Amino acid sequence: MDILAIISKVFIKNGLVFSFMLIGIITFITYKISAMTKGKVHGSAIAIFTGLVLAYIGGITTGGSKGIASIPLFAGVGMMGGGMFRDFAIVSTAFGADLREIKKCGMVGVVSLLLGILSSFIVGCIMAYFMGYPDVVSMVTIGAGVCTFVVGPVTGAALGASSDVIAISIAAGVVKSVAVMILTPFVKDFVGLDNPKSAMIFGGLMGTSSGTAAGLAAVDPKLVPYGAMTATFYTGIGCLLCPSILYLAVKTIMG
Amino acid sequence: MAIYGVALLAACYLVGLVIGDMLGVVVGVKANVGGVGFAMLFLILLSNHGIDHGWLDKKAQSGIAFWSAMYIPIVVAMSSIQNVVAALKGGPLAIGAGLVGVTVAFAFIPIIAKFSGDKKEEVA
Repeated sequence: MDILAIISKVFIKNGLVFSFMLIGIITFITYKISAMTKGKVHGSAIAIFTGLVLAYIGGITTGGSKGIASIPLFAGVGMMGGGMFRDFAIVSTAFGADLREIKKCGMVGVVSLLLGILSSFIVGCIMAYFMGYPDVVSMVTIGAGVCTFVVGPVTGAALGASSDVIAISIAAGVVKSVAVMILTPFVKDFVGLDNPKSAMIFGGLMGTSSGTAAGLAAVDPKLVPYGAMTATFYTGIGCLLCPSILYLAVKTIMG
Repeated sequence: MAIYGVALLAACYLVGLVIGDMLGVVVGVKANVGGVGFAMLFLILLSNHGIDHGWLDKKAQSGIAFWSAMYIPIVVAMSSIQNVVAALKGGPLAIGAGLVGVTVAFAFIPIIAKFSGDKKEEVA
């Protein structure tokens, strides 16, 4: 009896269930690593980075384009991380948003959200243009990725961007998220990050929920809910604006 | 029952995507225009209405909350199926764009704070 063959047969046959277990284990390990950095780098950022490393390993060993899912044993991860579950889960995060809280944020929140999305988007588009991705769909996808690592792939999928461009957009978002976590404590004095209002502005401008939460926690844990409040809306508004108005704007500008 | 929440979420998701697709046809792009954003908007409005008016009970909410909690793990799975090998040639772009984006955003904090005029503590 070949036990290994039986196990791999069961795992492949039940790929989605296997991926739940696998991602659970990865999450557990990465959050333990995060705890070792005393929460300075949020567990989600390490987990996502680990995912990108696994994708690299999967791609390099098989020559396939679907990351770790290129290996038949891990094909189920492709379903868990595929467009349907991803968008479904993203929509569900809106559930945490309270209309009364949205109203509390007021104009400052709206202004910082729009400026945050626009500035990140423009930076991403311009850098994509000058660094080898001058087509509109790639520019917009990478610009959206600089918003957050969720807005990028959602926009890319909506516009039909290629997988490598989507991967760059995720990577850009992860870099931003990690940078926010690490840099926030160092620049807090320069930007006056010491009151609820500036924390709300901070959350709206940065948008990355994990980066905002971890960054503010390192500055002053009392500020976390204020930043998280505005950051909650960033991804949703980004997903709304990037593949629509902003895409059309870039398309018009680029001719 | 938890399935009621999941069903509400699914309904918002599907209606949002249908609208996004229709909008894509209207504006003439082969794309889903903002469907996920619309779906989120519907879910915010309906779940707030449901909680306030009592038709979305704790059990039903737990059906939505589960998927919300699965969001980061699904993003991890999503990262692990990307074409990272191909993306590595764009590595400097990802790092550069991410860092410049953060720098610009940081620079905006004092500017917006100044214009919103909330500096009472400094006067005192």
